[in-house]
Amino acid sequence: MSTRVMPYRGSLTSREQVAVYDFSWPAVIFIPLVAVLIQIFIPVRVRYFPIIDLPLMVTIFFATARRNPISGCLTGCIIGLMQDLFAGPLQFHPLGMYGIALTIIGYLASSLGLKIDVENPGSRFLITYIFFVLHQGIYYGVAHGLLRQMQVWSWSHVAISALANAVIGLFVFAFLDRFKQR
Amino acid sequence: MDTFLGRYKNLIVLAAVLFAQIIGLAIQVRRPAQSGETRLIRLWAVSAVTPVEKTVVHAQKWVYDAWTSYFYLRGVRRENRELRAEIERMKIDDARLSEDARMARRVQTLLAFKEQYVESTIAAQVIGTSGSEQSRVLYIDKGSRDGIRPDMAVITPTGIVGKIMQVFPGSAQVLPINDQFSGVGVALKATRLQGILKGAQNGAATLQYIMSDEKVELGEEVITSGGDRIFPKGLPVGRVVSVEPGKDLFLNIRVVPSARLDQVEEVLVVTRIIDKEPDTKDLAPIRAADILAERLPTVPTKPGTDAAGNPKPADANSGAATSAGGTAAGTSAHPSATGTAPANKPVAGTTTTPVAKPAGAATSPRVAPGTSTAGGTGASKPATAAGAKPLTTAGTGVTNSPKPKVVTPTTNAQAPPNGDASTTPTRKAQPASEQAPSTNPDQPANPPTTEPPQ
Repeated sequence: MSTRVMPYRGSLTSREQVAVYDFSWPAVIFIPLVAVLIQIFIPVRVRYFPIIDLPLMVTIFFATARRNPISGCLTGCIIGLMQDLFAGPLQFHPLGMYGIALTIIGYLASSLGLKIDVENPGSRFLITYIFFVLHQGIYYGVAHGLLRQMQVWSWSHVAISALANAVIGLFVFAFLDRFKQR
Repeated sequence: MDTFLGRYKNLIVLAAVLFAQIIGLAIQVRRPAQSGETRLIRLWAVSAVTPVEKTVVHAQKWVYDAWTSYFYLRGVRRENRELRAEIERMKIDDARLSEDARMARRVQTLLAFKEQYVESTIAAQVIGTSGSEQSRVLYIDKGSRDGIRPDMAVITPTGIVGKIMQVFPGSAQVLPINDQFSGVGVALKATRLQGILKGAQNGAATLQYIMSDEKVELGEEVITSGGDRIFPKGLPVGRVVSVEPGKDLFLNIRVVPSARLDQVEEVLVVTRIIDKEPDTKDLAPIRAADILAERLPTVPTKPGTDAAGNPKPADANSGAATSAGGTAAGTSAHPSATGTAPANKPVAGTTTTPVAKPAGAATSPRVAPGTSTAGGTGASKPATAAGAKPLTTAGTGVTNSPKPKVVTPTTNAQAPPNGDASTTPTRKAQPASEQAPSTNPDQPANPPTTEPPQ
């Protein structure tokens, strides 16, 4: 419920210590839920919204704020499975495709959060950009490698989508900062 | 051991979580869900979310309707005027097209052609999407409680949208036609070429399996072919926007769907399709004998003989006259084309085409008059209009139309430019059994001739 300060030997930040944040239980439950709901509802009205990945942003935010790899990978797993529930027909989109991708993203984001400062907008922009590309790559690998689905990889599309997510992510992270408990 | 677990605790947890999910994936792939089958957890999740989505969508719609219906009425008068003008235009079009439709229905009736009709639909509101680029499924606010079942067609007035994949109590999942896992049997409206419309990951729709030697025009309309047994035949699908040579032997044809799939808000779910014959209440009466004669198996008739014992020549209207090539194989022109066609309308030579087809004859509307009949068509109008004289020598054909035929005055533009080809007066034809020569191949008759009319 409060901010803890944790020394970390491998930190690459200029600070000697990195802050670890907690969140209230309602925030932990409802923020991912609302993110998934917005993700499935807004595209009905807004045509290009699906290129924005709010569940990914929420995963990155919680993972980097808590800076706990176990918590990060579990958070990613739960959010990813929630996203899987609405993602498509079972024949073509079995449960676990987004779950696996966000589990890995949550783990890596929280591990990275231990090493670098993820509080300033520049690092948030870069983290979101890189993790979006990685997320797409993992999803592609699962769909193509594990499930033998025909997937098309377009670098230009992924780069533009990552840029859009990185920009939107700045505002989303700024909004979610309000739920951090100090 | 404790040190090892403590040191690699994070990685062990990550590996365990990933392993569990991969096992879950493997189980799902090993036991794939059948069409319409739903996992319990997905049922719970969708059922939990659906009321929230319905509330939001309906509230938004209520506000929008209230605003546009009671407050924002700018331009309504102008729109009213435009709509009235459009109705007037459509009335004129309707009068023009209804005559063609009547003719088509008559022909369909005679062929026992059963059309698919959309008998009942349910209007539904789109309340959600998959939320990802990898899947383009939609969620609608009607489910199994409303009578929705898997594999029902989902359409809009402008074109088809997709089909129902999974059904929940209060909602259903729709797989749009531009989804990468979708496939719809379609046909090009003008050329009637059939193919499969497949979606793609980026939301594009491509028409596949059209051979590269076929000619496909840009802007050509694409309609459903009915071959997938989901969509009724003839619904608008989209329009061809690009045609490129593809891999293998097929063209790469890109189609823009008629329905705005990325902004669709309200849809119709086709809950019942029936096969029935076209309604012919408003058509001219057709004699039961004509229909029976068309459907009953053909009985070869004995040749008539004249006083000298020679076979009587065939009348120009009879099937014998037009099957001089010997390939007609039991076909006969339909009464609607030769005898019972509307008397107030000139019967074009090509009107025999649709009715002669089901009998298996090699009918072509492009064949030349006179000589074309040797190909085995029924009584084509050119031969009829050209007079019986040159065709009386074609005595080996098949005559199986014993009913009397009435030929209406016809001006045949396709007939050869001789005196016979201009206008034929109305006359009652004799029963074919009295006119046509033998159809029995065992009995020799005059050799077939393919000479054009003199």
